[in-house]
Amino acid sequence: MNWFTKTFSSTIGRKIIMSVTGLFLCSFLVVHLVGNLTLFYQDGGEAFNIYSHFMANNPVIRTMEIVLVLGFLFHIYDAIVLTRRNKAARPVGYAENHPQENSTWSSRNMGLLGTIILVFLLVHLWNFFVPARFGELEGVPNAEYTNLYAEVVKAFKNPIYVGLYVIAMIALAYHLIHGFQSAFQSLGLTHKKYTPFIKTFGVAFSVLISLGFALIPLYFFFFVNL
Amino acid sequence: MDLTLKIWRQKDKNSAGQLVTYPLKNISPDMSFLEMLDVLNEELLVKGEDPVAFDHDCREGICGMCSLFINGRAHGPERGTTTCQLHMRHFNHGDTITIEPWRAAAFPVHKDLIVDRSAFDRIQQAGGYVSVNTGGVPDANEIAIPKTIADKAFDAATCIGCGACVAACKNASAMLFVSAKVSQLAMLPQGKVERKTRVENMVAQMDVEGFGACSNTGACAAECPVGISLDNIAMMNMEYLGAKASSENV
Repeated sequence: MNWFTKTFSSTIGRKIIMSVTGLFLCSFLVVHLVGNLTLFYQDGGEAFNIYSHFMANNPVIRTMEIVLVLGFLFHIYDAIVLTRRNKAARPVGYAENHPQENSTWSSRNMGLLGTIILVFLLVHLWNFFVPARFGELEGVPNAEYTNLYAEVVKAFKNPIYVGLYVIAMIALAYHLIHGFQSAFQSLGLTHKKYTPFIKTFGVAFSVLISLGFALIPLYFFFFVNL
Repeated sequence: MDLTLKIWRQKDKNSAGQLVTYPLKNISPDMSFLEMLDVLNEELLVKGEDPVAFDHDCREGICGMCSLFINGRAHGPERGTTTCQLHMRHFNHGDTITIEPWRAAAFPVHKDLIVDRSAFDRIQQAGGYVSVNTGGVPDANEIAIPKTIADKAFDAATCIGCGACVAACKNASAMLFVSAKVSQLAMLPQGKVERKTRVENMVAQMDVEGFGACSNTGACAAECPVGISLDNIAMMNMEYLGAKASSENV
């Protein structure tokens, strides 16, 4: 192995990859949520359909889509490698252990929270990305874009999907509450001037982003009738 | 006070172990936890049984030799305390106390409650030192060091290497120990000579020993008897990345 692969296969190197990809995925969440806010326009889905048409065809977005997939893959792959290593580091556990006395639940269960988010991600792609990109969506009269909005309305009439989406967003909130500030710690970006702000901002960011996403299925389930 | 002890007994490295229950009577609340175990061992010796093996040395909280996972906590329930400085007044008459060794693949159990912590020694040997010239004694305070840096380096240097961080971490990670040793020397002018190779070699050795990675749960710092800060881990990660990017070691 050369120095580069050695660095990024060390425990610290893998944590650095986790941090960088994690923060990158946070930036994706912001873009995704801002775009999805068009769903709340009371225009029968026109704004959302124009937005999704743009996202599916703009070359810059299509390039970033590949980077985004790589970000997810590296984040998930390193999580699996690190979890296996961490389990192997303690083959015999304690008969009595009280970790709640020294650490938060979310910090100890990032893998579980991440798995819930991954399951959600696959369902979410199946719900919207696959039909939008590869399927036959119905068209919109006198427009060059298809009607993804109708898919959103249809999916969120199903209480199972609404439940899954809301549970996944709660998992996302807890994942980010630990993960956001933890990424800065792993990157060595701590300072007594800035760390308190990063921690507070991280909690607010996690709650607001997750709440924003969770409101979408709830809004369609309870308030939209087509 | 009367107690019921559940203690991990294991004959040697290769044997299977188990928790064994021992009733113990008339323990003074003024005894330290280790003195309480001494009382138990005297009783066991009188009965002709094998005494419980546990690590201890100075019994003043400064050597880092004592260990023990007591009632699900490293060094017991009190914060900022080694097991030798933990007193029986923190327990109640009739309590059941579970006593286990540190659990980590890198800390194999030698016997009963004694684990082999030589993995820490090997990490130190990989780079936890500074080169000092022989010759005349330099004047004290000849090298100017800002007070804030001196304080931070001293705080890191208070690490006694007991291994509570590894024991408390859900990943059995040694990051708090290694980072204390790395940042203590990286901050000081005397440590600059080996700065890059030190962090590269110590982290490499840490990984070879089979410790887990850091999840930033903070359990290590919360259970550390001398209060080593998580800031050291952040500092080491920065040191590591900088060294890897710029050192001559390909």
